[in-house]
Amino acid sequence: MADAVLVLEDGRTFVGRAYGASGRTVGEAVFCTAMTGYQETLTDPSYHRQVVVMTAPHIGNTGWNDEDDESARIWVAGYVVRDPARRASSWRSRRGLADELAAQGVVGISDVDTRALTRHLRERGAMRAGIFSGDAVASDAAMLEVVRAAPSMAGADLAGEVSTPRAYVVEAVGEKRLTVAALDLGIKGMTPELMAQRGIEVHVLPAASTVDDVLAVAPDGVFFSNGPGDPGTANDVVGLIGAVLERRIPFFGICFGNQLLGRALGLDTYKLTYGHRGINQPVLDRTTGKVEVTAHNHGFAVRAPGAGTGTGAEPFDTPHGRARVSHVCLNDDVVEGLECLDVPAFSVQYHPEAAAGPHDAAYLFDRFVDLMTVGCESRARHAGASQREAHTRGEGEGS
Amino acid sequence: MPLRYDLSSILVIGSGPIVIGQACEFDYSGTQACRVLREEGLRVVLVNSNPATIMTDPEFADATYVEPITPDVVEAIIAKERPDALLPTLGGQTALNTAIALHGSGVLEKYGVELIGANVEAIQLAEDRHAFKGVVERCGAESARSAICHTMDEVLVAAGDLGYPVVVRPSFTMGGLGSGFAHDDVELRRMAGAGLHASPTTEVLLEESIIGWKEYELELMRDRNDNVVVVCSIENLDPMGVHTGDSVTVAPSMTLTDREFQRLRDIGIAVIREVGVDTGGCNIQFAVNPVDGRIIVIEMNPRVSRSSALASKATGFPIAKIAARLAVGYTLDEIPNDITRETPASFEPTLDYVVVKVPRFAFEKFPAADATLTTTMKSVGEAMAVGRSFTEALQKALRSLESPKALFHWDGAPGDLDRDALLETARVPTDGRLSTVQQALRAGATIEQVHDATGIDPWFLDQLVLIEEVAHEVAEAPELTAPVLRRAKRHGFSDAQVGALRSMPEDVVRGVRHALGIRPVFKTVDTCAAEFAAATPYHYSSYDEEDEVTPSERRKVIILGSGPNRIGQGVEFDYSCVHAAFALRESGYETVMVNCNPETVSTDYDTSDRLYFEPLTLEDVLEVVHAEQRSGEVVGVIVQLGGQTPLGLAARLEACGVPIVGTSPAAIHLAEERGAFGRVLAEAGLISPKHGTASSFLEAKAVADRIGYPVLVRPSYVLGGRGMEIVYDEESLASYLGRATGSGVRITPENPVLVDRFLDDAIEIDVDALYDGHELYLGGVMEHIEEAGIHSGDSGCALPPATLGTAEVTRVREQTEAIARGVGVRGLLNIQFALAAGVLYVLEANPRASRTVPFVSKATGVPLAKACARVMLGSSIAELRAEGLLPAVGDGGTLPPEAPVSVKEAVLPFKRFLTPDGQVVDSVLGPEMRSTGEVMGIDVDFPRAFAKSQQAAYGGLPQSGTVFVSVSDRDKRAMIFPVKRLVDLGFDVLATEGTAHTLRRHGIASTVVRKHSAGPGPDGEPTIVQRILDGEVDVVVNTPSGRSARADGYEIRAATTAMDRPIITTVQQLSAAVQGIEAMSGEGLPSVTSLQDHSRALHAIWGFIPATDPEPGS
Ligand SMILES: Nc1ncnc2c1ncn2[C@@H]1O[C@H](COP(=O)(O)OP(=O)(O)O)[C@@H](O)[C@H]1O
Ligand SMILES: Nc1ncnc2c1ncn2[C@@H]1O[C@H](COP(=O)(O)OP(=O)(O)O)[C@@H](O)[C@H]1O
Ligand SMILES: [Mg+2]
Ligand SMILES: [Mg+2]
Repeated sequence: MADAVLVLEDGRTFVGRAYGASGRTVGEAVFCTAMTGYQETLTDPSYHRQVVVMTAPHIGNTGWNDEDDESARIWVAGYVVRDPARRASSWRSRRGLADELAAQGVVGISDVDTRALTRHLRERGAMRAGIFSGDAVASDAAMLEVVRAAPSMAGADLAGEVSTPRAYVVEAVGEKRLTVAALDLGIKGMTPELMAQRGIEVHVLPAASTVDDVLAVAPDGVFFSNGPGDPGTANDVVGLIGAVLERRIPFFGICFGNQLLGRALGLDTYKLTYGHRGINQPVLDRTTGKVEVTAHNHGFAVRAPGAGTGTGAEPFDTPHGRARVSHVCLNDDVVEGLECLDVPAFSVQYHPEAAAGPHDAAYLFDRFVDLMTVGCESRARHAGASQREAHTRGEGEGS
Repeated sequence: MPLRYDLSSILVIGSGPIVIGQACEFDYSGTQACRVLREEGLRVVLVNSNPATIMTDPEFADATYVEPITPDVVEAIIAKERPDALLPTLGGQTALNTAIALHGSGVLEKYGVELIGANVEAIQLAEDRHAFKGVVERCGAESARSAICHTMDEVLVAAGDLGYPVVVRPSFTMGGLGSGFAHDDVELRRMAGAGLHASPTTEVLLEESIIGWKEYELELMRDRNDNVVVVCSIENLDPMGVHTGDSVTVAPSMTLTDREFQRLRDIGIAVIREVGVDTGGCNIQFAVNPVDGRIIVIEMNPRVSRSSALASKATGFPIAKIAARLAVGYTLDEIPNDITRETPASFEPTLDYVVVKVPRFAFEKFPAADATLTTTMKSVGEAMAVGRSFTEALQKALRSLESPKALFHWDGAPGDLDRDALLETARVPTDGRLSTVQQALRAGATIEQVHDATGIDPWFLDQLVLIEEVAHEVAEAPELTAPVLRRAKRHGFSDAQVGALRSMPEDVVRGVRHALGIRPVFKTVDTCAAEFAAATPYHYSSYDEEDEVTPSERRKVIILGSGPNRIGQGVEFDYSCVHAAFALRESGYETVMVNCNPETVSTDYDTSDRLYFEPLTLEDVLEVVHAEQRSGEVVGVIVQLGGQTPLGLAARLEACGVPIVGTSPAAIHLAEERGAFGRVLAEAGLISPKHGTASSFLEAKAVADRIGYPVLVRPSYVLGGRGMEIVYDEESLASYLGRATGSGVRITPENPVLVDRFLDDAIEIDVDALYDGHELYLGGVMEHIEEAGIHSGDSGCALPPATLGTAEVTRVREQTEAIARGVGVRGLLNIQFALAAGVLYVLEANPRASRTVPFVSKATGVPLAKACARVMLGSSIAELRAEGLLPAVGDGGTLPPEAPVSVKEAVLPFKRFLTPDGQVVDSVLGPEMRSTGEVMGIDVDFPRAFAKSQQAAYGGLPQSGTVFVSVSDRDKRAMIFPVKRLVDLGFDVLATEGTAHTLRRHGIASTVVRKHSAGPGPDGEPTIVQRILDGEVDVVVNTPSGRSARADGYEIRAATTAMDRPIITTVQQLSAAVQGIEAMSGEGLPSVTSLQDHSRALHAIWGFIPATDPEPGS
């Protein structure tokens, strides 16, 4: 009897060895191409209910430390690696990754051909999967049964499951300049930290908060975090954004927050075949014409007019005035950012807070500050600038 | 921003001869650059003195100047070609320094040439170590404490407060030349002195030692829009203190958390911006304190480097190619990623495999050299391997080195190992330290103990322990079951290693393995960890589940490359392999390349249709052949072009049923096995020097007495002239055998020594020829400048031959044809002859492409390697003549008298190899090859061509000044005329007693100088060595008698090499030098001619209309 088995919804199985906790787990199989930052990845709430496949073969080399968690626990439903470290090496390491996974009851599997698995998911798309190890290993049929019985990601409303039960405050570093109400849909620790570093006092609120809860903290701006699940479901939160936009309170959203802004603007969201999960994704900021290398973790995206149309973004009309696609992924033209031109709101689909990942996009938090301090005028400027950009670059294109 | 329209022609400067620290990685980057620039429709003008490179092939540039890379030569080229821009970032330090010089002298401004790729300010900021520290500071990062010094006094003061050991490093040198650790005042004076000399700016930097810290490198690229990407991170397994070029390195970095990695990334990006490299690639090195993570920036190279070649091969992201595109206006997001085709280059590659690079050294060639690894690079080549895990990649890399002592082994009982002694040995970094570490672990050393001794990160050490555990399982398993074997293969064990562990032969293990259906799969290097489909078949093997090799229709030819560069087998062989790939692709075959050398063009994924980055061992090659046979029809394997490495596999491959094209293994045996070859010669009525074999001194003495002294002795089982010595008398014969035995070389009846009559005063002749079974095409006849006795690879040579008459060339042709026929050659053949007293002796025949093929091809304007590939696949020379690949009539042996003369000169690495007490190792030439590279001088006549070759090799002969002459008695007669000529040209002569005496007899005045052995005179008159070191001597003529360099000769040559002055060690060189000096005297800008013009002229006289080559690879 095999030590551990990974069973995919479409029946393909991979035999490996038990890793972390032994037992069984199900979730949506997705692959992450980051070569560093597994601790941040594992503790990122956006991975809730997902079985994460690491394409980097050696995982666990730097052990587990007390500083790099992005939330209070590991969220992934299951973990698939090729070569787990037998020994951790880092002056910050406190314990081994395998022990941490076991301690937190995370079922994993190792020694599988993660590249073969990744290619499979790339071709067939993200799908449900189960990891079975130890006594949980059963007949293929029985295990497949279990996997197919699991709920699928489409239509899953998960923000509530990962959000903080009660509000808390992250103090501004140094002199306090601004107050932000940050809706926790699965927020990562680095996000409030980066805002705090910019003199923002961050009030982190539960996903279920109402407009009044938000207004109660008299925010200079409202922030919507990343988070798991299908943006198509979170209707109340979408309503909340609408209320914020009507009051022209500066708004900034990340990832799930970007999808929700999209919906508030009347746009649809859809599920990508296998999503973007990695820290090497090239995103074009249409405002500056510059490319940033960014951290991604999204299986859904916003469908918007003019996403794939080169670098120039034609504004389109929404219930809240004109908006435009501000960022696109150069790999596949997926919408990576939205910008309202008549109300102070913008959002990005990727992770400016990085952790794990490059810091190229940290400037977005400055834009948010800018938006809260300077207000709307800058929007006009941005828009103007981007029109010119689009124009000049447009000329370049043809030739 | 797309292509700049204001540029229409670009000058690219290559890196010149292969030297340690600047090898063929720059042929790879330069070749890529030339290709893309031409694809962009730009006119490319190239200058590179290195004929062995692929980039200097006429088809890679519009005007190719194989001329010395000196400011005035390059100015002459600029004046003639008037390029719009100069791209200096792809030719290593040589190109960068030349560009700086041209800027400094106002040449660029004068001719309105724009520097692209990097501006002067940026280059200076990055290269001047002191200025660079300012940059680092402004970026909010740290660099090691240091002091910049211009005089010895400043040096001593600085060392005072930095404390010993202290790092000494000259500015603007490459590969760390002249740098190292000084542990006390004495060492410091010596090293700083040399350093001040080595630095073009007479400037050394003393730096606090952070030896033992973790060392990392990042490869970055930036475009004119200020988009920056980190292409690759590289972690050095050997911590700080061992030059990255000499370290075992791993990509991606293995022991950094995301926080630390991003910190390095942030610093790297800040630095590239602050330095102002506005477009292109650069390399930044960091040291990280393993205790607290403190980061120190070591240096930055504002150009493509050895590491960027490695990074390109490791990631599939072609840095040089993209750097060239950025330089002419594109931005990263406008350039597609070749491998995915769908996605742009403005991303960061992510790896789902591990890459390990291991260095290859050549200390055995320099017994006197200090083999300790330090901040001066000493390795001559490297091998890279890709695997799905570190253990797999590491063991593949080690076997790619082809040096048995590098391999992990489990010989003998662990009980017999002395753990403490092994740990002690491991403390000092040297060639093969890793196998010492493995033995120490095997002997029971703990990870902590080894970490303590070596500073190697515990994670890596644990991986070595894992290898030990697997070895143990394999050895102890009751039988070799599938699980046991699969686990061993998964961790990179070769069939041979498994065999050794279970004391069964390699092929039996292989049989078992195949019977159990355990074979590697081939994965793809795709830059994106499979996130996107890969369009380029760039494969590596792994014992994993899923294979990615796709079927193909075209008939395939597999070309085996030459593995890691080493002395005697370098870029020349890559040249032939690459040409075969181009030629065969053009004639409709699917070409499959197998090689493990990351520096080469052959391992560029767009050189062949398919690339397998694999070790060149029987096992690994058989698996590639198997994979290719499964996916289509394999016509055959080419083993003739990659040098001795693939040639050595031929017979065993054939025995395993693999079809070999071209010269058959049986024929190869005929040429390589002495006895068999002797019979071939006998049948053809040709003669070789009298010889015999001996397994004891008495036997050797008997042979020597029979054939007469001097004799040439060498162990029978070594190649490349290893251990060869010229022995002049019985006494030295005894001492040779004594030493041979002493150095562990066992002389036995199975391994006898070969004793050959040494041909004194013989002219050596090198021949490259093509044979199809009926017709012989004489590629070229090269006459050596040095007499026989100096390895063909180390001696200069001229083509057409400088002094041989048609009668002699005809004899050479006849004998070459007789040997080609007798051996049964199908393809290229290389023969060395010696002409002594009118008799033509055959020294040896190599049934393969030789080191001189690229030189001959360029000198005669004929693509020999391409023709060879075609002949190997069945075309006849007649057909190739008809096709226009070869001249319709005549060949390299019948060059018209008006043909230009080409001179090849060897470049020697003596300066890099210091004895433990800091002396330069002996630089006398002998039958054992020691040069790392070569240059070519081509001009209308021999003297001019020779002078250019000298200029390219080491900066050239002096036009006036002081010459020191000291020759052995047998050379006294021959020296008189040339020395007389030097006096007429205005040189002052210094001579040792005896030499001065002879000169006086012939009315040549000279000043007698004190011998070194005599020591300074009563009134402190300096010895010759002191005078040389004081820079009073401009050129040295010193011909030692016999191999055993007597103290004086040695001291003289060492001093000369240390002072960078030309040294002439044979009378033949002397007369050539005199001609060269005359030829160069009194001219303005040197005359320069492109290879294309030379060939055109030659072809015109010759009546040869070559079929125009399509742009290669496309
Ligand atoms: N301060 C130092 N202390 C200890 N080792 C050093 C120090 N600086 C450099 N090294 C070692 O010397 C090597 C060569 O130094 P580097 O600055 O990279 O010169 P190069 O230009 O030859 O590459 C480095 O790879 C590193 O291992
Ligand atoms: N009998 C000989 N007399 C004089 N020189 C010789 C003789 N045999 C070899 N040599 C010199 O030694 C060099 C190396 O010998 P060779 O047989 O070519 O070995 P390798 O395989 O290293 O090329 C030759 O290039 C030649 O200069
Ligand atoms: Mg360096
Ligand atoms: Mg030879």
